[in-house]
Amino acid sequence: MSTRIPLVPENIKPLPSLKGNEGMLSWVSSVDHKQIGLMYLMSTLVFFIIGGLEALVIRIQLAQPEFDFISPEVYNQMFTMHGTTMIFFVVMPFLIGVGVYLVPLMIGARDMAFPRLNALSFWLVIFGGILLYYSFLTQSGPSEVGWFAYAPLSEKPFSLNKGPTYWALGLLAVGISSVSSGLNNIVTILTMRVKGMTMRRLPLFVWMILVTSFILIFVIPIIASAFAMMLLDRLLDATFFTPAHGGSAILWQHFFWGFGHPEVYILILPAFGIISEVIPVFSRKPIFGYSFVAGSTVAIGLLSVGVWAHHMFAVGLGNVANAYFSLASMLIAIPTGVKVLNWVATMWGGKIYFATPMLFATAFIIEFVMGGLTGVAIASAPINWVTTDTYFIVAHFHYVLFGGSLFAIFAGVYYWFPKFTGRMMSETLGKWHFWLTVVGFNMTFFIQHFLGVMGMPRRTYTYHDLPYWGSMNLLSTIGAFVLAISVIIFAWNIIWSLKHGKKAPDNPWNAWTLEWYTTSPPAVHNFDLVPPVRGRRPLWDLAHPDQLDEPNSKVV
Amino acid sequence: MEKLGGIFNPSSPEMVVMAGLTYYIIAISIGILAIIVVAVTYIVIRYRKGSKDSSEPYQNFGDLRLEIVWTIIPIAIVAVLFQLTCSTMRAVDPPIGDHEPDVVVTGHQWWWEFYYPKSGVLTANELHMPVGERLLLRIESIDVIHDFWVPELGRKIDAIPGHTNYIWIGAGEPGIFLGACAEFCGTQHANMRIRVIAETQEEFNEWQEQELVIPSTPRSGIAAKGAELFQTKACMNCHTIVGTPAAARIGPNLTHLNNRQTIGAGVLTNSPENLTKWLVNPQKYKQGALMPNMKLTDSEVNAIVAYLEALK
Repeated sequence: MSTRIPLVPENIKPLPSLKGNEGMLSWVSSVDHKQIGLMYLMSTLVFFIIGGLEALVIRIQLAQPEFDFISPEVYNQMFTMHGTTMIFFVVMPFLIGVGVYLVPLMIGARDMAFPRLNALSFWLVIFGGILLYYSFLTQSGPSEVGWFAYAPLSEKPFSLNKGPTYWALGLLAVGISSVSSGLNNIVTILTMRVKGMTMRRLPLFVWMILVTSFILIFVIPIIASAFAMMLLDRLLDATFFTPAHGGSAILWQHFFWGFGHPEVYILILPAFGIISEVIPVFSRKPIFGYSFVAGSTVAIGLLSVGVWAHHMFAVGLGNVANAYFSLASMLIAIPTGVKVLNWVATMWGGKIYFATPMLFATAFIIEFVMGGLTGVAIASAPINWVTTDTYFIVAHFHYVLFGGSLFAIFAGVYYWFPKFTGRMMSETLGKWHFWLTVVGFNMTFFIQHFLGVMGMPRRTYTYHDLPYWGSMNLLSTIGAFVLAISVIIFAWNIIWSLKHGKKAPDNPWNAWTLEWYTTSPPAVHNFDLVPPVRGRRPLWDLAHPDQLDEPNSKVV
Repeated sequence: MEKLGGIFNPSSPEMVVMAGLTYYIIAISIGILAIIVVAVTYIVIRYRKGSKDSSEPYQNFGDLRLEIVWTIIPIAIVAVLFQLTCSTMRAVDPPIGDHEPDVVVTGHQWWWEFYYPKSGVLTANELHMPVGERLLLRIESIDVIHDFWVPELGRKIDAIPGHTNYIWIGAGEPGIFLGACAEFCGTQHANMRIRVIAETQEEFNEWQEQELVIPSTPRSGIAAKGAELFQTKACMNCHTIVGTPAAARIGPNLTHLNNRQTIGAGVLTNSPENLTKWLVNPQKYKQGALMPNMKLTDSEVNAIVAYLEALK
């Protein structure tokens, strides 16, 4: 086609990818965004299985009252490592990794703006993971002070073991990685878009990654400095967070949640991006209210940095602060609600094909709304005084991070697997995986709302045999094992499909964004030619020249 | 059906207000969830693609009026919610003014100290209060952050080293209300339990008088042996027994241990047999607790149990 133009001039010196060489070295030394992206995804699968096993140990211990499966120390280590692993080594690197793979393809670029920095970001995550898990080999085992590591419990003399030191060092490495990923994404998205790909035509996934990247570069330095202060306290006898020597225990909480709440949006916004790609394609309609979906993301990004102390309603900050943080947190429900309704409206009137990605995306809407609604409830300080530090909160954030982020991640894996590997995943196994996940997930976590408001505190290795507590916890544990089976099926589906999956065409879902234009898997240089971008759905325009999304736009 | 706890059994005026707000928001949430579930279910049934249908549906890019409507409705809900939040906060957490605290609560790893400054009673893990009175509690911590929480009586409030908090608490009916530390505070966070014993004013006064009695030290028999062991076997380094040189406040005050229902902050019910088991090896029942296994012989344990039982 004469309208096709080459994207960017080929580099005179090709980047030092050893793609031609199929050995391990081609992966380890790679600066190719696709290889790095895949390495992110593979390592998160490994960490996902480790974090899942830790969750199973927790659930076994809680299966009945006064159970004696593991010691209190080990229990505390398990929930610390489970939280840390799932947040910093599963959901976060998955979303960054899938972004690294897809962003250059979606904007028609050859690679990330800084390919070497990209490789550094990935290897820092691995390095951080090794540091974190190395603590299992120390005499007293890994950190047992929770993923929030409240001072002064995490400080001398209350934690004299090495666990929290490795924990802080490992997460410091991940922090450096996240800031560099954020910068890399921002520069890539702002400067490397193909001609015609204006900001108003950017795929929503790329919009979400852009907003997430800004949050990353603003909030990760907060926690990185707090980790540095904590390490100074622990190793060099500084006293930032030790009240006995004039430090402040509450200060740590401000630092931690100043990062920790925006972190929640780092974990969910790219997931919104995945959903905003999957739902339109499988409904055969453009996203409803594109600018509202993108704009509400920016609103969430801005609000996210001003709500942190809703994690601190029990600290006693006073009712003026409590009222402000209640209101600010509730406001986030508005842009979030706008998104949900736009997704529903996108499906409305469509011709929906329920392949596995769409099943997960549809379930995502309902599970995420559950988590969102309990989120509004606990944003209200008095309700928070009732529910905070109970299983109600555990249920709430698992509905957001599992029912939300992880369901979206599953949707994304099934959706892009053909592009990543050139093979389709098994739909039969996919449907088994989906239904077992839905059943297991709700069985595990729904009941925990009730346990929480009935008074079961979090982070307790044992509980008294109060009315119904035993049976409710047992149900939750059985649900966790159903989830374990679903994860085994998922992992098997990936392994089986890599070898035996049906060969995937370039655009198996008949999708509209640029990554589906190139081959599956894409060539090292991504595109031979990039089609003209005349609207938000370049491949739709290509297939329907008589029905362009933006009929009056100029052809470039 | 056995009675459910927490918000299903609010037993103080504060908790009635908070539980009411919680029910209210849960009702609104269920309503919103129902709308979404019905809409999605309808869509799944109505707009499923036919197997032979390969045409594309009508391409609808959005609707500004709809966007405005579904922005404004949540704003209205949030406004109502915020108003309710503020009024509930005022009701539950009124200013303390120049009230003196009725009880000073101090969190320790892993037990609670309750000190009644007006009468001088010093006890642990079991908070006695007269029914129908609103007490002001001052909440402090000696080591790490804890959180004072009795689900049926009121809010959570952190006990933070270097920072003083206050809460109002009262019980509308007599009874025993179970509570616990709600902020993770280390190995035995799970066994840092609270019992609130709400009783009539007369029962409360009687309890208070008993607590203030200075017991006489047994002079003869095995209990006298126990009294001696208590002073020589390092017990006194951590515990208080009024009327003796033992005056340390690292562990709970044991002067009127007899009056308490549990030992080890809720690990065991208080009985001579359980006290014996506890003294033989506290680490067996509360692994990681700061009370070490004192490696006492059986006869030493029996003597100390007899002594503690004899303190009246």
